[in-house]
Amino acid sequence: MISIETHNLTVSYNKRPVLWNIDFELPTGSIVGIIGPNGSGKTTLLKAIMGLVPTSSGYVKIFDKDLADVRQRISYVPQRESVDWDFPASVMDIVLMGRYKKANLMKRISKADLEIAAEALEKVNMLEFSNRQISQLSGGQQQRVFIARSLAQGADLYIMDEPFVGVDAATEEAILNLLSDMKKEGKTVVVVHHDLQTAKDYFDWIVLLNTRMVAAGPKDEIFKEELLQEAYGGKLNVLSKVGDLMKEKAFNVREK
Amino acid sequence: MNSTFQFISFSDPNVLFVVLGTMILGASAAIVGCFSFLRKRALVGDAIAHSILPGVCLAFMVSGSKNPFYLIIGAFITGWLSLLLIDGITRTTKIKSDTAIGIILSVFFGVGILLLTSIQHSGNAAQAGLDKFLFGKAASLTKDDIYVFSSIAIVLVIVVVLFYKEFKLISFNPDYAKVIGLPVRFLEFLLATITVLAVAVGIQAVGVVLMAALLITPASGARFWTDKLSTMILIATLFGAASGFLGSYISYIAPAMPTGPWIVMCLSLLTIGSIWFAPKTGMLSKFRVQKENNRKILIENVLKLFYHLGERTNGFKDERSTTALLETRDLRIKELQRGLNLLKQSHWVRKKGENWVITESGLTEAKRIIKLHRLWEMYLNQRLKLQPDHVHNDAEAIEHIITPQLEIELEKELNYPTKDPHESIIPYNE
Repeated sequence: MISIETHNLTVSYNKRPVLWNIDFELPTGSIVGIIGPNGSGKTTLLKAIMGLVPTSSGYVKIFDKDLADVRQRISYVPQRESVDWDFPASVMDIVLMGRYKKANLMKRISKADLEIAAEALEKVNMLEFSNRQISQLSGGQQQRVFIARSLAQGADLYIMDEPFVGVDAATEEAILNLLSDMKKEGKTVVVVHHDLQTAKDYFDWIVLLNTRMVAAGPKDEIFKEELLQEAYGGKLNVLSKVGDLMKEKAFNVREK
Repeated sequence: MNSTFQFISFSDPNVLFVVLGTMILGASAAIVGCFSFLRKRALVGDAIAHSILPGVCLAFMVSGSKNPFYLIIGAFITGWLSLLLIDGITRTTKIKSDTAIGIILSVFFGVGILLLTSIQHSGNAAQAGLDKFLFGKAASLTKDDIYVFSSIAIVLVIVVVLFYKEFKLISFNPDYAKVIGLPVRFLEFLLATITVLAVAVGIQAVGVVLMAALLITPASGARFWTDKLSTMILIATLFGAASGFLGSYISYIAPAMPTGPWIVMCLSLLTIGSIWFAPKTGMLSKFRVQKENNRKILIENVLKLFYHLGERTNGFKDERSTTALLETRDLRIKELQRGLNLLKQSHWVRKKGENWVITESGLTEAKRIIKLHRLWEMYLNQRLKLQPDHVHNDAEAIEHIITPQLEIELEKELNYPTKDPHESIIPYNE
């Protein structure tokens, strides 16, 4: 079964396409790495999949459905630096956010929610920090709190943006253990990752990205010299020039 | 004293209206201000406040009356319009939000002043007092005002209580809220609406120009006292209400004093007080920690003098004169005296005539510090690959902060070395 399908997905900022015609299908129950050099559009791809940035063409299907119908089954672990950790909240407060849903609007947090959140914290070895103010956590601990929040949601598809950046060895190991547990439970995890060295050990399916999709498939098919060379060998010259032109002339990627 | 009694007894109903009114306004602004503060939109409140002026003038021109209900509707419309425009400008053009706020604030305020001036020259007698919106008219709040304010305040509190957890999430991590399918646009609309409402009623007390203070200062002061959002909102509300009370009190006992500016003064004092006196995060407690650190460094450094001299002469417990102690280290005589006196209080040294002698417990402590110093030099040398002549200064500082727990880890990691990189013996306490 297919977890995420993107069909000719193009995303532009100020008319300049930053992702060109991304087209792939990811299997369920696998750990997928989205790999590419800096500025290759990895985070943008995640955001487009989750509907956080507008797309200029193409579509995304998740579990064969539109995003709006499956939101509850998707969980997001944003980049750690994308929020202000000086916010007045405890670790538990943040993890409980994973239990918020549209149906719970205006309702109080229930006892069951608290139990689920505690369980999620235990899975990332952070239960003893429940009452800690979030600004007092180390980078790795903050990352684990974000992952616990996403676990508390009880989703089927997990989307993580650079969870391994700037974390300590203990956190890295905790995340890797979690990934393999999730795989056993049949969950799909999509991870943006920039380190080619570790990618082969972490993931079993790879999407190679550099503003366009270079390749997608099982890792053994993707980890080939010529494909990696292509992805990391710089942007396509003509493609970037066309992109620049579109920005300059305020041209849309589709005729109408 | 007499006037204080009159004030507190509310024998004059007008005093009661003013006090109640300013307290309600202060509290409402503080509650929504917490979210503006956390969403880093402090200046947006200022823009709304300035943009409300043309709305008030237009409402007056259309309705021909100063009924607070009409004026608030007018205020609400232009306040909202300014928000939409700021948002639209940042989204569709290259202009960043600080610039957009600046543009909207001044353009709307300009239009407001224009309208106000034309109303004032229109000869309409009912217009008298409309200019109070510029600086507030807290001292002349009426019964009708109180009804309008308190109903708005109640709506505001209900909205915040009902959507508390969602507001918390969109203030912390709006992208996440979108992904899990919360109606973020609706929630943002709601939050913006109550902000405009709070500003629209708030300017009646302090005026357009001072409104941002009423919105943001209670939150910024409250943040120092707690790490919990609900507590922070409570403290901010208290600050807001207390300033309303104090501001009206001051302007009552000193009749020449304006109420609105005094409310803002009281708020500022509360916030400055928080910056200074809050436990842990306050400046005072930071100074105290710094002072404590300096004290620790001084007495530990003086203890080390005894040890170093002892190493040289092979007699740790020999009597030392202050001149002898000063020879080994660049230390001012006054500092040394202070250190020695502090050490004497802990019975780590004792005085013998004009000289000083280290005690048994003092020697144990000195050994501990010397050991930490030399262990750290060893660690820098081995782990950070620093040359032996580059490790001393670093160790001079680090020796004072290493905890017993870290000490054990260091010993283990270095495998209990006996000598430091300069071949000096590392003293272990038996």
